[in-house]
Amino acid sequence: MYNPTVARLTYRALLGRRRAALLFLLPGMLLVIAATIRLLNGADDQVAADVLGGFALATMVPLIGVIAGTGAIGPEIDDGSIVYLLSKPVKRPTIILTKLTVAVAVTMVFSAVPTLLAGFILNGNGQQVAVAYTVAALVASIAYSALFLLLGTVSRHAVVIGLVYALVWEALFGSLIAGARTLSVQQWALALAEKVTGEGLISSEVGLTTAVVLLAAVTVAATWFAGHKLRTLTLAGEE
Amino acid sequence: MSTHNPQAAPATDTTRIHNIGYRSYDGPRLGRAYARRSLFSQSLRGAYGLGRSAKSKVLPMLLYAVMCVPALILVAVAVVGKQSKLSIEYTEYAIYLQMVIGIYLASQAPQSVSRDLRFRTVPLYFSRPIERVDYVLAKYGAMASALFILTASPLLILWIGALLAKMDFWDQTAMFGQGLVSVALLSLLFGGIGLVMAALTPRRGFGVAAVIAVLVISYGAVSTLMGIAYATENTDVIPWLGLFSPITLVDGVQTAFLGAPSAFPDGAGPGSGAGVVYLLVVLALIAGSYGVLMRRYRKVGL
Repeated sequence: MYNPTVARLTYRALLGRRRAALLFLLPGMLLVIAATIRLLNGADDQVAADVLGGFALATMVPLIGVIAGTGAIGPEIDDGSIVYLLSKPVKRPTIILTKLTVAVAVTMVFSAVPTLLAGFILNGNGQQVAVAYTVAALVASIAYSALFLLLGTVSRHAVVIGLVYALVWEALFGSLIAGARTLSVQQWALALAEKVTGEGLISSEVGLTTAVVLLAAVTVAATWFAGHKLRTLTLAGEE
Repeated sequence: MSTHNPQAAPATDTTRIHNIGYRSYDGPRLGRAYARRSLFSQSLRGAYGLGRSAKSKVLPMLLYAVMCVPALILVAVAVVGKQSKLSIEYTEYAIYLQMVIGIYLASQAPQSVSRDLRFRTVPLYFSRPIERVDYVLAKYGAMASALFILTASPLLILWIGALLAKMDFWDQTAMFGQGLVSVALLSLLFGGIGLVMAALTPRRGFGVAAVIAVLVISYGAVSTLMGIAYATENTDVIPWLGLFSPITLVDGVQTAFLGAPSAFPDGAGPGSGAGVVYLLVVLALIAGSYGVLMRRYRKVGL
């Protein structure tokens, strides 16, 4: 279910040249902000939780998820070179699983690692804040990658749709309508973070069990459907 | 090319090009200005999906509707409730809906320039009587105009609604004018940034991500830092932090010069002194994006 050649090609597509610059820019920004705040303000658990929650988990993880998830398959479908991959004797679900593995790995490396570092810079992992948000970033990476990989196979406007979900649905509707928060990867990941750090600093709208079940369900369903979609893919020209 | 020139051919040479009767074009040539205008109008129409497939009309039209609906609701409330002033300032409107503007820019800027780069059609444009400066100006102008239409339409709705609700004509018109100046500045700034990011990559999807990343990340970082500075009572630095993201730049300029309420924490927008710096940075960014685009297209696609 894992094809090293497909994985190697996907890594190169994701990390080649300028693409990687954008992936480095976001974590770099987070670390700079963390260092600035630590210098201006000193260590504070609540500030650390706010920055990690507001910037790292709410903005950085979804954006990297969009770039890695759709970038793993979108450009290939877009320019039609996916046919060379599809014409090889490799199962379509294998292709999807391999690309998902790569996307998850890239998202984790570029989001969870900087989150952990930023957490240590901000308050030296006081009250397990850094670890909690790292766990949240790790699980969110899996779900986001699966979701956005699916989008990449479904639509040509995958990046825009992914951004609308990440920025408008989770950020805007999430803050206005309480119900939208139940259906948000970010809140599911926060439920796990809440479990790690205990009550107080981090709060999530959903219970732990619900969160885990929904995370697993979304990941599996998205991956299965992406595999199915790839089996019946029709290539369309540029409009 | 196909005309035969008897003087130049040596008398002994038996080869000749037969003139098989194609007539060369001797009608009026529409020239450079016409080509530039066409490129401008095509790009502007394309930014709203006109002249493209039905599928590509969906997103820009949807975003346009999302942009206008809140204005309609505000106007309806004002007219029915017989309010004496609108519940939102003209200048605040674009700041509230910045995410919609950002998504519109991210989806349309790459379609305007990335596809020309990817399919290597840029040399075809330059085989017409247009120069590099015409191409850049037409694309930049079209993107800024498209953004201006997007941001000015809701203001127009608000203004008409305000007049329908019998608010003071001159008051409203003055504020409407201030709003228009602010969104014009915003359109130029955002259009430039979006096109520069999009022109750097031939991949449309990647262009979308790059544009939105620049807008959202800079705003996210700036507003986080502002929040922290406010919470720790370092209020002096708040006006200067706004220099680092496009939307807070526009907010700062209109707070300083256009009588707009500041969206900064505690309303701590820049005064006139810092406002000059804001305006200079905005103008430098606009000129800078024009310069980068000119540089980008110096050796493109050849």
